Amino acid sequence: MKNYFRKVYTIFILSVVLSPIFAKSQTIGGGQIHGNFQMDAQYYLKDSLIGAPNVPEKLLMNGFANIIYSNGNFNAGIRFESYQNAMLGFDPRYKGNGIPYRFASYTNDGLQVTVGNFYDQFGSGMVFRTYEERSLGYDNAMDGIHVKYKPYKGIELKGLIGNQRFFFDKGVGIVRGFDGNFFINDIFGLDAMKTKYTIGGSFVSKYQPSSDPVYNLPENVGAYAGRLNITRSGFGIMGEYAYKINDPNASNNMIYKHGEGLFVSTSYSQKGLGVILSAKRIDNMDFRSDRNEVGNVLIINYLPALTKQHAYTLTAMYPYGTQPNGEIGYEGSIMYNIKKDSWLGGSYGTKVSVNYSLANSIDKQKLNDTIAIGTDGTLGYKSDFFKMGDKKYFEDFNIEINRKFSKSIKAILTYAYITYNKDIIEGHPGAPTIFANIVVLDISYKFNTTNTLRMELHSLMAKQDEHDWAMCLLEYTIAPKWFFSVADLYNYDNPDTKRRFHYYNAAFGFTKGTNRFALSYGKQRQGITCVGGVCRQVPASNGISLTITSSF
Amino acid sequence: MKKIGLMLLISMLVMAVYSQDTEKKLAQIPSVDLKTIEGNTFNSSQIENNGKPIIISFWATWCKPCCKELNTIADVYADWQQETGVKLIAVSIDDSRSSDKVKPLANGNSWDFEILLDPNQDFKRAMNVNLVPHMFILNGKKEIVWQHTSFSDGGELEIIDIVRKIIKGEDIK
Repeated sequence: MKNYFRKVYTIFILSVVLSPIFAKSQTIGGGQIHGNFQMDAQYYLKDSLIGAPNVPEKLLMNGFANIIYSNGNFNAGIRFESYQNAMLGFDPRYKGNGIPYRFASYTNDGLQVTVGNFYDQFGSGMVFRTYEERSLGYDNAMDGIHVKYKPYKGIELKGLIGNQRFFFDKGVGIVRGFDGNFFINDIFGLDAMKTKYTIGGSFVSKYQPSSDPVYNLPENVGAYAGRLNITRSGFGIMGEYAYKINDPNASNNMIYKHGEGLFVSTSYSQKGLGVILSAKRIDNMDFRSDRNEVGNVLIINYLPALTKQHAYTLTAMYPYGTQPNGEIGYEGSIMYNIKKDSWLGGSYGTKVSVNYSLANSIDKQKLNDTIAIGTDGTLGYKSDFFKMGDKKYFEDFNIEINRKFSKSIKAILTYAYITYNKDIIEGHPGAPTIFANIVVLDISYKFNTTNTLRMELHSLMAKQDEHDWAMCLLEYTIAPKWFFSVADLYNYDNPDTKRRFHYYNAAFGFTKGTNRFALSYGKQRQGITCVGGVCRQVPASNGISLTITSSF
Repeated sequence: MKKIGLMLLISMLVMAVYSQDTEKKLAQIPSVDLKTIEGNTFNSSQIENNGKPIIISFWATWCKPCCKELNTIADVYADWQQETGVKLIAVSIDDSRSSDKVKPLANGNSWDFEILLDPNQDFKRAMNVNLVPHMFILNGKKEIVWQHTSFSDGGELEIIDIVRKIIKGEDIK
């Protein structure tokens, strides 16, 4: 096996070295090397009170660098990754150094060939999506061959085969996929027509041998999807339906039911107004290249949550995560720009956005009187497609008002009412559902053209979980290079009076061009934080952390 | 495994040394398929502004500083265009969770920018963008002359300064 890989690598390297020479249409000169780098390191302080685990190494570091060589239609690159050891919140199976990502690709006459690692997505991703989210430690990159061909105007065909990344190794399953995208107006020369149609279809299959002593498992599991997209000036509608054959796996408790997914979204917009309505239903759609795996590994498809992704610490405290084994949900948003110089709009105009989302369980009925719902080795359950289940997983009503009062004062007021089923979303059986009222006021005051002070005041009120929270953040920026911030997040009404902690934090950062340094000290809860002009996911901890990012 | 990685790295560096022209060239934008807001394919090499400067801004609907940056520029964009002919292309890295919100959000905010979608972040990867917001400024020959990550109030002044320098043919560095 090792020899085989060595051969493959040798061929790969030769192809990387030789291809610019053989590709006569390209000049050998003019190639470029470019890349990026990021390093996060944290020195952990002991804090058993807030639940920060003991870190024997004291200091943990994640880092990576991409180096890409481009020359005309040819590209090749590698990513070096280093985890010494992986920071808290990241899977400890990321360990040591390695080059888990390397690729070479060229494009010639509408044909693009990629060998090595690649990322791609079919349609909305319900049957296939490989992607990376470095800040979350998520990477399900394929390793194999990817071909994309545009044989005719308006037609795009893609084919791929490979194994998926599993930390510094690869998954056992082989994933094969085919996708076609057809732009009807282009194909039939209807460019002048106002209404634009796009249709598409995908087929994905995974192969994994089985020697299970109990079950007769399908070694090949196929999934397909069809989609349609229609737009006419400000109006748009898109829908995708996906189907997966029976695929007993660790996530669905080895049931033989097929899987289904439906996503429909319609929107209308014109200058100053945007409206969007979406609905989706997911049933038994956990799709992986290894049926025995759970967690965020070897996932073939992408089932995004149909809820607003909040960016403030307290509105993002209870975020929803899709339930691949069954959920039905809706989302609606309205964005409106009240004109300036009107009574409501003020002299600079006011932006209002209202958003509502709901995620519920799907209908699940027993197959017959003797088999309990979801019993392994059976078809699991029956489900009425359009019927809502009886459990609410998540609900979010929020409104955001964004207004500029004068040349120096701007404010954003956000209100959200969030219902969060902790039992289901976090898998804590018996945990109460949380009903949270959240208000965030974000005011910034501009002293002069480059100096700005921004203040965030948050309040979260709930009668469950850790009850009430308050937060205050002050951030001072000197554009475009410096930022300083201090924040305190206070769990002032925790029912356990000994757990009424302050999570304080102080940070500063320096950016010049694409080099960015940020140093922070304090305690942090898990969630998205947006400070100093960028957003990233942060795990719970107490300590001093340093982030360096750079690109060239 | 490690040896192979190292060999690969060395071969790439050697290749780069051989391929460098005597005079250092500025980076061009790589050719990557993106999507227009109508869902059509749009290759990044088709990005065009008739020899005038171009601003490419990577953003996402869920990124507050990104929306702040684009809203700030939207207020002065008409003036910028009139003065310099600059064009801003806002590349959204929203994935299918939120990519259908891009158009209503852009219209709801009355943005006049050209919007492109990069739902699986292929362009973001090819342009070596770590974090959003990340902005590139291209000169009339579509060469990258300046880039910057993050945004804070007042950052727009540096952007228009760079654009003015390009118009006047001054050195950026």
